[in-house]
Amino acid sequence: MYPDNFRYTKEHEWVRAEGDTATIGITDHAQKELGDIVYVDLPKTGAMAERGKPIGSVESVKAVSDVYSPVSGEVLEVNELLATSPEKLNEDPHGAAWLVKIRMSKPVEIEQLMSALDYENYIRAE
Amino acid sequence: MTQAVAALRTTPLNAIHRRMGARMVDFGGWDMPVQYSGVMEEHRAVRERAGVFDVSHMGEIEIRGPEALKLVEHVTTNAASKLKTGQAQYSGLLYEHGGFVDDILVHKVADDHFFLCVNAANQDKDYEHIAGDNKFDCEVENAGSRYAQIAIQGPSALETLQKLTPVELAPIRYYHFVDGMVSGAPARIARTGYTGEDGFEIYVPPAEAPRLWTEIVEAGAEFGIKPAGLGARNTLRLEAKMALYGHEIHAAITPWEADLAWIVKLDKGQFLGREALVKQKQRGVSRKLIGFEMKGRGIGRDGYEVYVDGAPAGWVTSGGPAPTLNKNIGLCYLPSALAEIGRTIHVMVRNQPVEAVTVQTPFYKRAK
Repeated sequence: MYPDNFRYTKEHEWVRAEGDTATIGITDHAQKELGDIVYVDLPKTGAMAERGKPIGSVESVKAVSDVYSPVSGEVLEVNELLATSPEKLNEDPHGAAWLVKIRMSKPVEIEQLMSALDYENYIRAE
Repeated sequence: MTQAVAALRTTPLNAIHRRMGARMVDFGGWDMPVQYSGVMEEHRAVRERAGVFDVSHMGEIEIRGPEALKLVEHVTTNAASKLKTGQAQYSGLLYEHGGFVDDILVHKVADDHFFLCVNAANQDKDYEHIAGDNKFDCEVENAGSRYAQIAIQGPSALETLQKLTPVELAPIRYYHFVDGMVSGAPARIARTGYTGEDGFEIYVPPAEAPRLWTEIVEAGAEFGIKPAGLGARNTLRLEAKMALYGHEIHAAITPWEADLAWIVKLDKGQFLGREALVKQKQRGVSRKLIGFEMKGRGIGRDGYEVYVDGAPAGWVTSGGPAPTLNKNIGLCYLPSALAEIGRTIHVMVRNQPVEAVTVQTPFYKRAK
């Protein structure tokens, strides 16, 4: 369910690092908790993300949830698919419905995030 | 999630909701299902086929006695004297100052017996309000614990419920009710609802509710009935522009402001809040509820500020996606002078002004 090559946050974001580029999304657990997602608000390309600070928000029918950046750096790319098809986040949260790509300024931040196993234990205990 | 909190109240269907895997939330002190399969899917089921809702948290107040009508007329805004036996009416309970205590449904069971359906979180307050002003020869009972309530809503609601009752449902007109048996249990069967669809709300003994719920779900299976939670109930009522207590109406809002003049009958004589309403009408009503549709990207939600021509002008009372219309809609209060259809407004969505336009309501009206 939770890919081994991702790292995870307690706020239910995932990160996949390739070199100094981090792809960020929300976890399957998060999309299930939110329910039908109807709107995704993302930063502009070039914006600076700071670890632990909101970089956007995801809205379900009922509520708005902030998305916190798991790493610091510059936003390289945002997923335009979500502007027109926010429901993709319910269908493929770990794949096609990634949120943003960030050029990490402190790649070491990744090390402080949870592994897939730790995350699965974390959500089971939550 | 397992922390001890003040015990939530539960309906007789609580175990069923949990068994079905519903997501449960604290709704005004009640442990209620917000969704089963998903808000969108449940919403569409009600618009296209049928949905069944547990609304047992709603309160019931019974008023009995030779002067029952006098007390009902005294505490409500609508003309209960116009009701025939077996008829129901949407009405308001107001404070002396004209603000809402609650919005309610008044059912006339007999000349000397009225049955009120009130909001869950307000039932004790409503009871105190009514019983506290009972200067008539009648008895007021806070009867919530004697009733479970199940709503069956949608184009296939009638066919579904008809399979379970000998009462002929088709002749029951909108906002009328009949007392009869549903699947062997005594029930008050009212053609009312909070979704903008045809349907029924049945009041039954709590002990019978789990069996009836299961039988309704089974009877509706051939029509594609779905259990629906509070999430869908909210999107459905918003599309139909039905008020929600605590949002469109509360103690600081009068019926004139809430676009509910139609439930106020000033010519019926004295009632609680009448004087304040007459005064406000003479002075002029300074703010009004109006519907809007988002034009820019973003969803206006409850409590968000509304700007007109760059200046703060009002606030959103309810807002969200309208699944039937594929738009983001909402209701807001604006100064009366600005509350006209077709005006461009801006809703502050997390500190960003997002364009919207005021529109005619209801947003959704079913084809008759």
